[in-house]
Amino acid sequence: MSVFAGRDLDCVRGERPVFAGLGFALRPGEALVLVGPNGSGKSSLLRCMAGLLRPARGELSWDGVAVDEDPEAHRGRLHYVGHQDAVKAPLSVEENLHFWAGLRGAPAAGAARVDPARALAGFGIAHLARLPARLLSAGQRRRLALARLLAAPAPLWLLDEPAAALDDTALGLFEAAAAAHRAGGGAVVLSAHAGFRLPAAATLSLADFPPERPAP
Amino acid sequence: MTAFLRLVRRDLLLAFRQGADAALVVVFFALAVLLFPFGVGPEPNMLARIGAGILWVMALLAALLSLERLFLADHEDGSLDLLALAPLPLELVVLAKVAAHWLTTGLPLMLTAPFLALLLGMDAAAIPALVPALLLGTPTLSLIGAIGAALTLGARRGGVLLPLLILPLYVPVLVFGVAAVDAAAAGLTPRPHLLILGGLLLGALPLAAWASAAALRQALD
Repeated sequence: MSVFAGRDLDCVRGERPVFAGLGFALRPGEALVLVGPNGSGKSSLLRCMAGLLRPARGELSWDGVAVDEDPEAHRGRLHYVGHQDAVKAPLSVEENLHFWAGLRGAPAAGAARVDPARALAGFGIAHLARLPARLLSAGQRRRLALARLLAAPAPLWLLDEPAAALDDTALGLFEAAAAAHRAGGGAVVLSAHAGFRLPAAATLSLADFPPERPAP
Repeated sequence: MTAFLRLVRRDLLLAFRQGADAALVVVFFALAVLLFPFGVGPEPNMLARIGAGILWVMALLAALLSLERLFLADHEDGSLDLLALAPLPLELVVLAKVAAHWLTTGLPLMLTAPFLALLLGMDAAAIPALVPALLLGTPTLSLIGAIGAALTLGARRGGVLLPLLILPLYVPVLVFGVAAVDAAAAGLTPRPHLLILGGLLLGALPLAAWASAAALRQALD
């Protein structure tokens, strides 16, 4: 049983402390929704979890083993979808997806490789496959970014505001994809403003971990 | 296909689709070189004597043109985050992007240079040295440039800062690149100069990959 956990995490951006003493634990099939006001560190926490950002203090672990000990293995088991969609305008939708799926190399043993066309269909944009990505709307670009999740399976999804720019249909498709992912033993961490229909998702409020601000 | 080649292929595809960048570099190179006869006067002896210097200085300025975009485009659209999370080590990501940069700028410069050399009235004997000198020198320019591009990634005026940072580092390549061509024109062997250019390239290869990757991690943090 693989548990992704964080303990005593402090985050400092620039000179400014963002959150302090934060801890969480995530088991297979679980979902964690990060909530909090703007600037409370939702994105920073997700970047910490992905290993893009080094926490000022504290430790992230996977199955009890510190993530720092084998960052490469950690990178291989997560998907990160940030604010930006990482979509290259001159490439077609299909080419964009193929590139990111191919870059991850061979899937881990036992994991079936998903056909990129199916991944696009999973977010309802299969008919756009040959279109240059510069013609996509913001919502369609978001769908393409999320389709990466399906094109190359990974047990941990880290999603920063996945619902941004999505319409109701896409939101439904995303919820279905997340549910299937969790049913398969995957875990999801996402930040959100609006309420998500993620069944039995734990909520982590960043406002509960305020940094000790130095007295002015 | 390995992840490294995939990344090179994507960058080449992007450069090819966008088209203008690679063409711009060559056109800038040719135009800038062609300005010299107007500036210093059309005396063939003078142009032939300073031709090697003109070609090299213009080649490294032309290589600078597209350097700023090397990591910036990927940084702006979030691709750099994903590249940093890919199984490919960041050092190899840097080398893949440098390889694509060289194929779209250094290589066309190298192929254009012999014609411009003839145009400047340079000794035909110098051309067999000019091409290998550029072949060994221009990848070094791309590699050193990658360090500058990575370092200026978060900076507000990166485009202005970049030349200030890396032009001084281009001096060794310039010195030995010109020396190789001048030696050949004088009837001497360019071999020692080419060997030094090769050495610079081999030194820059790991150093630039390591330094750029470190700078990129800093930019992502």
